Amino acid sequence: MNYEAVIGLEIHSELKTNTKIFCGCATSFGAEQNTHVCPVCLGLPGVLPVVNKRVVEFAIKAGLATNCTINNYSKFDRKNYYYPDLPKNFQTSQYDLPIAEHGYVDIEVDGKTKRIRLTRIHMEEDAGKLVHSGTTIKDSATSNVDYNRTGVPLLEIVSEPDMSSAAEARTYMEKVKSILEYIDVSNCRMEQGNLRADLNVSLRPVGTTELGTRTEMKNINSFKALEDAISYEIERQTEVLEDGGHIVQETRTWDPARGITLSMRSKEEAHDYRYMPEPDLPPIVTTPEQIERYRQELPELPDARQARLTGQYGLSAYDAAVITASRQLAEYFDAVIVDGADPKLAANWIMGDLAKNLNAEGKTIEDSPVEAKRLGAMILLISKGTISSKIAKKVFEEMWKSPDDPEKIVKDKGLVQITDTKAIEAIVDAVIAANPKPVADYQGGNKKAIGALVGQVMKQSKGKANPAMVNQLLAARLEQ
Amino acid sequence: MKLYDQPAHVLHDMLVNKEITATELTQAVLARMDAVEDEVGAYLTQTRDTALQQAAQTDAKIARGEAIAFLEGIPGALKDNICTKGVKTTCASKILEHFVPPYNAAVVEKLQAANPVLLGKTNMDEFAMGGSTENSAYHPTHNPWNTECVPGGSSGGSAAAVAAGMAIWALGSDTGGSIRQPASFCGVVGMKPTYGRVSRYGLVAYASSLDQIGPLTRDVTDCAHLLNVIAGHDAMDSTSSAAAVPDYTKALVQDVKGLKIGLPKEYFVKGMDADVEKAIRTAIEQFRVLGAEIIDISLPHTEYAISTYYLIAPAEAATNLERYDGVSYGERIDGVDIMEMMTNTRTQKFGAEVKRRIMIGNYALSAGYYDAYYLKALKVRTLIQQDYAKAFETVDVIVAPTAPTPAFKIGSMISDPLQMYLQDVCTVPLNLAGLPGISVPCGYSNQHMPIGLQIIGKPLAEETLLRTAYTYEQSQSFHKEMAVLGGKQA
Amino acid sequence: MKVSKKDMENVAVLSRLSIPEAEAAQYTSQLDAFLAYVENLKSVPTDSVKPTTYALPVQNVFREDVVKPSLEREAALANAPLREDGYFKVPRILEE
Repeated sequence: MNYEAVIGLEIHSELKTNTKIFCGCATSFGAEQNTHVCPVCLGLPGVLPVVNKRVVEFAIKAGLATNCTINNYSKFDRKNYYYPDLPKNFQTSQYDLPIAEHGYVDIEVDGKTKRIRLTRIHMEEDAGKLVHSGTTIKDSATSNVDYNRTGVPLLEIVSEPDMSSAAEARTYMEKVKSILEYIDVSNCRMEQGNLRADLNVSLRPVGTTELGTRTEMKNINSFKALEDAISYEIERQTEVLEDGGHIVQETRTWDPARGITLSMRSKEEAHDYRYMPEPDLPPIVTTPEQIERYRQELPELPDARQARLTGQYGLSAYDAAVITASRQLAEYFDAVIVDGADPKLAANWIMGDLAKNLNAEGKTIEDSPVEAKRLGAMILLISKGTISSKIAKKVFEEMWKSPDDPEKIVKDKGLVQITDTKAIEAIVDAVIAANPKPVADYQGGNKKAIGALVGQVMKQSKGKANPAMVNQLLAARLEQ
Repeated sequence: MKLYDQPAHVLHDMLVNKEITATELTQAVLARMDAVEDEVGAYLTQTRDTALQQAAQTDAKIARGEAIAFLEGIPGALKDNICTKGVKTTCASKILEHFVPPYNAAVVEKLQAANPVLLGKTNMDEFAMGGSTENSAYHPTHNPWNTECVPGGSSGGSAAAVAAGMAIWALGSDTGGSIRQPASFCGVVGMKPTYGRVSRYGLVAYASSLDQIGPLTRDVTDCAHLLNVIAGHDAMDSTSSAAAVPDYTKALVQDVKGLKIGLPKEYFVKGMDADVEKAIRTAIEQFRVLGAEIIDISLPHTEYAISTYYLIAPAEAATNLERYDGVSYGERIDGVDIMEMMTNTRTQKFGAEVKRRIMIGNYALSAGYYDAYYLKALKVRTLIQQDYAKAFETVDVIVAPTAPTPAFKIGSMISDPLQMYLQDVCTVPLNLAGLPGISVPCGYSNQHMPIGLQIIGKPLAEETLLRTAYTYEQSQSFHKEMAVLGGKQA
Repeated sequence: MKVSKKDMENVAVLSRLSIPEAEAAQYTSQLDAFLAYVENLKSVPTDSVKPTTYALPVQNVFREDVVKPSLEREAALANAPLREDGYFKVPRILEE
């Protein structure tokens, strides 16, 4: 039997606020253990939470950017479970009245657009960090607790089980990441745990609609792990079903080292979170006017931006998708072309030499040594014919190493393209004289032989001769 | 004249007039503690050294000719569920036996700005769960009027300290009557302000939507002064009211002419003590004499208030008390793993009543029962609120007994918690509705145990309550009588 | 009895309390008696009644996103039953 996978994601995104969700402690990453803590986030007896205004603003913006309905009456609830990284032994979260519901994002996989529905987005607090004495939690006799992360604001973005492959899940998560970056509410640094996902996977026979029994994998913190865990789980479940077994509903853990998921075999009672309204936090009531104001503040989102790049600048759908995947890249692109550089050339350079150099040095677009303005100026030099595309590569490499403008580099290094007919003719004549064989081949009817001669001319001009002129002048001479 | 028997406003005038010094006053109260604390057991922690330092500072200030605030140099005490930086705060529980908060409750910050003398932390029912102070994990507190009786609870230590002259004033907390009922049992004035009038930041939570801090004092005048100090908005408490704080002492006028006083028939319950009923009826007659209009009213959902309260409060408590797990503060009893450690800690360090309420609360919140119990109680709470709202369309205040009986004997009720819960019938409805209430002495039982009259107001109508209570108080002399205690008396 | 011993034990686990076998019957009957006690609420019609979570109507209480000083680590750890290298130390964790 053929099975199809049914995949849903709960994405947790830490918000880039200055302070925690319910107290004034800083959220910055990497502080010494237990130095970003206060009575409130330590859950000391007697403390009370107060909601960070910006968390609500960010949550509403995330809801709007993912086409959600913003609930005009929303409240916090206590989710009760005992764990040492949770000082109060309940997580302040949202249960039946989340801030946003019923949204969607569109993803493109294999050239086809698919709509992934969002069930809800809610606000909650992050838990602390455990440092185990052994290599894993299971072989540790003791653990140490750091509450710095306790109370860092999180959005939980819950999708419907609308994805059916690892690639779709990855694309969906990339899309959500890109939206959160665009609206500037999360740093989305997966290596710092800013963005992580719980995923659920089930299988069903192709063509049926009933959902199969699902398994859950928690705290997936890279795109690779996401894809690998899903692929593994689909394979595992397929085998179980084909062997006539059935899937056990359970939480499994992804072991990236071994590339497998493992049953956690939890001894604990089935979780009964005993949700109750948080009496210490009054409800959040929003008006349509407030929502509209937040909507006005939203920047151009990836989908709109992509449409602009294909429609207005004629970029291919693929190029536009790559460039708009991150807000920083998209803004870089806009800055490159703002002074008139050709958009298609700009896209080629950004996705070509620039991306290659950034990757090689492990840099992000924000810390690119070649600023958008300089790249734009260089592209203008190409369009004006001041330099050839080939010379441009040299100029680009120089720009990578020095802060000089491309004009200065071109001038200092004598890289200006030779467009003087006489100068080129002199080289052409010399090359023809020195290379009788290709000349004879060409004149004998092998027109391809001109290539070798062009190469020689370019070489002798140190690449500076205008290639189009070289071709034209060579052909003219050889036809004489 | 015994200094420790005087109300704060009299002592304040004596300090200002240099008839006494704050040090003399503090020493008098400390001597009184030496004499009668063994009999009463009002305190869990005494801060004698800092008390005398604070008194000396006030004396220095007076000597320099500086003006002093109302509470300056006047010794008082705090219930042990109010966090005090650097001073142990146990909630009368073994689980917090050595807990020293690194921060002050908002009310403590406000008090300290007024430079009072703080004598220490008073006994209570563990985590404020109880109405007799017998549920303290350390020792019971005895009623100064008859040490065989309970002082009421859960703020029994605060009420007893004020009644016995071991504090001139005290703060308590009231979740279902925990200020008013001990005030009634101990013959002092106790007020539960409107929910949100006083910041709860730093009050160790029992039931968050019901808890409120309030004063326990010798008379209504002191109550108004103390409320002036502690009331007001606090940015650290999201549920605190942003309404402006009036000068409550301006409400201390003798005038109830034309005041419409509601008399709810449901508060005169079956099983009510005959002496209590008589005292309350006499007080109502007195109001009529003073010019108030008495109107019979009905609060039809009163009979459901106790069930409603005993579902909501334990449910909130169950989650509020999850944090006592031995991980980052409080006591720890080791176990082979974290779950066993948490379970051992809670099992061995919580008292019986606390465990009982945690289990009730978790039952009411657990899967399958939430709608039938917890949600149902939240809905009946709405009906109880609506009863009051309707009544307040026709009356200005409501008058009722504070408790259906005078103080009972220690040990007489402890084996029957459900019977004990009935004690709260006249007090819990206010907490459910968030309303202010004050208990003022209105007479004695035939055993000469004090009886309290409860006056209930609209939200934020503390001024009306104070005016009503003050007018009544000034027409009587109950507030001037102090408990007689102690063969060892100095 | 509405409450079984199993029910009582489930609630004890949710409460992180261990009830000794000798006291199980007592705790079960206490819980049962309590539920009988609050049974009277069932007779109140509440189909069209909204639940009240908050004593008084307050809404939209927020704080500005401005950093305030945290505790000194020593103060944060001062009440810890067990500590190590600036951390709170806990025994073996079996659940993830």
